[in-house]
Amino acid sequence: MEYSNYLYLAVLLFCVGAATVLLRRNAIIVFMGIELMLNAANLAFVTFSRMHGDITGQVVAFFVMTVAAAEVVVGLAIIVSIYRSRRTVSVDDVSLLKN
Amino acid sequence: MTSPAEAVLFWCLAPLMVLASLGLLFARKAVHATMSVVFVMICLAVLYIANEAPFLGIAQVVVYTGAIMMLFLFVIMLVGVDASDSLVETIRGQRYLGWMIGVGLTIVLLTFLARVSFDQGIGHSATVDQNPTAIARTLLGNYVFPLELVGILLVTAALAALTMTHQRRLHPRVSQKDLADARVAHGRRLTPLPSPGVFAGRNAMDVPALDPDGNPVESSVSRVLRARGQDQVAFVDPDIVQLTEAGESAPATWNRVNANTESAPEAAAPNDSVDKSTPEEQEK
Repeated sequence: MEYSNYLYLAVLLFCVGAATVLLRRNAIIVFMGIELMLNAANLAFVTFSRMHGDITGQVVAFFVMTVAAAEVVVGLAIIVSIYRSRRTVSVDDVSLLKN
Repeated sequence: MTSPAEAVLFWCLAPLMVLASLGLLFARKAVHATMSVVFVMICLAVLYIANEAPFLGIAQVVVYTGAIMMLFLFVIMLVGVDASDSLVETIRGQRYLGWMIGVGLTIVLLTFLARVSFDQGIGHSATVDQNPTAIARTLLGNYVFPLELVGILLVTAALAALTMTHQRRLHPRVSQKDLADARVAHGRRLTPLPSPGVFAGRNAMDVPALDPDGNPVESSVSRVLRARGQDQVAFVDPDIVQLTEAGESAPATWNRVNANTESAPEAAAPNDSVDKSTPEEQEK
């Protein structure tokens, strides 16, 4: 098996995550789509790191994980505060600036 | 090239992972989507370890599955489990366009990947035995400054989450002292309500307590039972009445054999018909 099979898997996961962001309305599920995309990128990083025998790819994947953790904390706090004021988690209903 | 065992592992896990990630796209309930993403994360951790990155595999389980996805579950429980998607389209043709872009992106990326030729690959044969050490050397050697920045980022994120979910208290907090003061001011009852069955023949929930004069106290029976009309009339013991008339103090309830218990209609309960030994045991 070639190493590039991991890259195909990463591409598939990334595309499913991107389609989730485009298609779903629930803000929490959209957020999980972003997480899936980050994870797919991580898998690609790890695979390339192995291909080139260079540990830097794993270090970058580690940074991605940390940034993702920070991003999740802030994003979920935003979702919770929107839910508190508007009683919805649908991304379509948040249109305060419209009209 | 990888070993055959790794190929077997990959071909077992990869289809399952893609299926589970499709659950994110199609699951109606947010909890189901979360569980499928948790499955994908755990499988990714296994693939990291197979990819000669054991440190990242463990960090994946700890950070993603253990912290981030559980945070997602908490938030889903907070905003309501059955907060499902609305089916109304606010942007015209968004669903159609989204599918187009998603499928198009997949095709573009896959064909791009198919046209690129990768060389055999080196692998981490030199560093895999001391993987965390090698990562630490790179992280704390070449990437110290980004690491500091990430630390600042994490602190900022924690503060942001605190300030964003903070709620200002609109009314002053009501303490126990305020409640007690209000009770005194409105002339309500200051003590707890009497418990049912005090000084009565039995201490069941539906038997009102007797006051010192032998009259039943309405408020001792639960309000629900009173509203349903399920409360019993207080059982007044004729022995006590006789003793009271004679001017003697009545003995404690548990020392007397209650003559009326067997004839009373309430005694038809299965417990009472089985054991007619002593009232002491019936009390229990």
